[in-house]
Amino acid sequence: MSNIRKAFENGKAFIPFITCGDPDLKTTEAAVRIMAERGADLIELGIPFSDPTAEGPVIQEANLRALTGGIKTDHIFDMVRSLRKDLTIPMVFMTYANVVFSYGAEKFISTCQEIGIDGLILPDLPYEEKEEFLPLCHQYDVNLISLIAPTSEDRISMIAREAEGFLYIVSSLGVTGTRSKITTDLESIIKVVRENTDIPCAIGFGISTPEQAQKMAGISDGAIVGSAIIKLLAKYGEKAPEYIGEYTESMKKGVMER
Amino acid sequence: MSRGRFGIHGGQYIPETLMNALIELEEAYNYYKNDPAFNRELAELFCEYAGRPSRLYYAEKMTRDLGGARIYLKREDLNHTGAHKINNVLGQALLAKKMGKTRLIAETGAGQHGVATATAAALLDMECVVFMGEEDTKRQALNVYRMRLLGSEVVPVKTGTATLKDAVSEAMREWTSRISDTHYCLGSVMGPHPFPTIVRDFQAVISQEIKDQILEKEGRLPDAVLACVGGGSNAIGCFYHFIEDKDVRLIGCEAAGRGVDTFETAATIATGRLGIFHGMKSYFCQDSDGQIAPVYSISAGLDYPGIGPEHAHLHDIGRAEYVPVTDEEAVNAFEYLARTEGIIPAIESAHAVAHAMKIVPEMSRDQIVVINLSGRGDKDCAAIARYRGEDIHE
Repeated sequence: MSNIRKAFENGKAFIPFITCGDPDLKTTEAAVRIMAERGADLIELGIPFSDPTAEGPVIQEANLRALTGGIKTDHIFDMVRSLRKDLTIPMVFMTYANVVFSYGAEKFISTCQEIGIDGLILPDLPYEEKEEFLPLCHQYDVNLISLIAPTSEDRISMIAREAEGFLYIVSSLGVTGTRSKITTDLESIIKVVRENTDIPCAIGFGISTPEQAQKMAGISDGAIVGSAIIKLLAKYGEKAPEYIGEYTESMKKGVMER
Repeated sequence: MSRGRFGIHGGQYIPETLMNALIELEEAYNYYKNDPAFNRELAELFCEYAGRPSRLYYAEKMTRDLGGARIYLKREDLNHTGAHKINNVLGQALLAKKMGKTRLIAETGAGQHGVATATAAALLDMECVVFMGEEDTKRQALNVYRMRLLGSEVVPVKTGTATLKDAVSEAMREWTSRISDTHYCLGSVMGPHPFPTIVRDFQAVISQEIKDQILEKEGRLPDAVLACVGGGSNAIGCFYHFIEDKDVRLIGCEAAGRGVDTFETAATIATGRLGIFHGMKSYFCQDSDGQIAPVYSISAGLDYPGIGPEHAHLHDIGRAEYVPVTDEEAVNAFEYLARTEGIIPAIESAHAVAHAMKIVPEMSRDQIVVINLSGRGDKDCAAIARYRGEDIHE
């Protein structure tokens, strides 16, 4: 069984995202530990990319801060090694295809297995291109997570049927970032997903409040939150983990509330 | 392998949100490219509005001065809006209109593609938003004014290096947030499939005309065709119909900036390596972790860290050569062509002129070289003056 499945065994899942190295890896590591402790079920670790085309301004700036700090992919692997000494929480990398490709796909994906990364989310790798990395992901037992968007329509069943780990449902058009309202008919999308697969699905993009998280987890298996956490890092820097811990607790409560 | 491949290059590395839009675009294009009414309408726009066919001009003085091969200049600079960009834009705007889209978005570097898109939008009654790196809005202030004059909104992009690649990223982001009424009018032979094919097909009119014109004037094909390459749309346009004519050398001139041994360069084939970015697999300037490099060139239109996938393939199979040309060489060529032929080329096109100046003297007098003059240089005068230490106000 995929380790990712465990994330969905404690009721509805709260899935936080954090950009590694923003503002530095010590802070990232502290934030991951506190999120794991305060109720996160799966952690998405963002490997920064110079040109993150799927991100809104908040995460774009986090990428820039991390890269300006001199972060390298190898430093992030080392941080995960250190986290894995005692953390069992499922963790996945979220980054862009070029970060994996350029590092050397086999070296990258085999390292994921070695250090205990359970999955890979690549927003610029749609269904049509997944063969780029899928054989290696299977070889090294790393789940390649698929995304479904509000515009997927006739593609939903095709994507869902072959999905592994969990399905990332993109709540809204556009890029990542907090939104006051989510208007997509997500129920219909998830209905088609359920007809085609029994792997869990979580909703991301635009979620920031416990109320939104409750609503989104209510119609799926969990809520993914990125920009709201990055905003805390931008505001509090090295002191952010403490605030992120509180926030995690409130969000986990949000997703669990019925 | 997925659709839209040129050898190993190309593909559709793009967020799921855009996949159906790309599929819809491909289907519409495959239908309309064979539709006689569409082609008639486009041919009429090319002829009556853009001023095609553009001239193939025998540069007699330059030929005499360099003392080698006979030089012809393909005068894309004489097109309406002053560059080859209008060919692709008229095609895509007409296609978008047929698809029921009411709004065009575009990226622009030097501003030529932005101006062309703004022009087509005005002509076809469409809304238009152009994304332009903030750095480029300063380098090309006149083009920003032209786009606004034509009724378009210009959005200065402040992220990253605030140049062409960031404008592309921002246009992609905008497209994911508004798809139903909006067509992304991509300006070069890059990005996800089907753009490299669509843009190439609309630009291929250049090589078709060169072929007809040179056969009429010289009774034979040229020995070499030269063009500047950023993303590579004017280059693929003037290479395309010669690809099967193996005796015709195809030479793409990349912007080397301050030199390929410096970090201030945009010469992708010379300094880049294989990667995945902006929807395609191709060669990119990048570091060992795959972070895209902040490239540099005096030419805002060539200041891009990648190259179109078909060029990457032509390079792989050795069918086309790609050579670096520095700022200094391009500026010298810019001034040389102005003095020698009374033609001020775009600083982009001056890169091709510069390389011709290197190879033509080594060639024999019965050989023929065609240089694609992709755009005119009025927009560059202030920047070149600054390069020479003279501050002029537009």
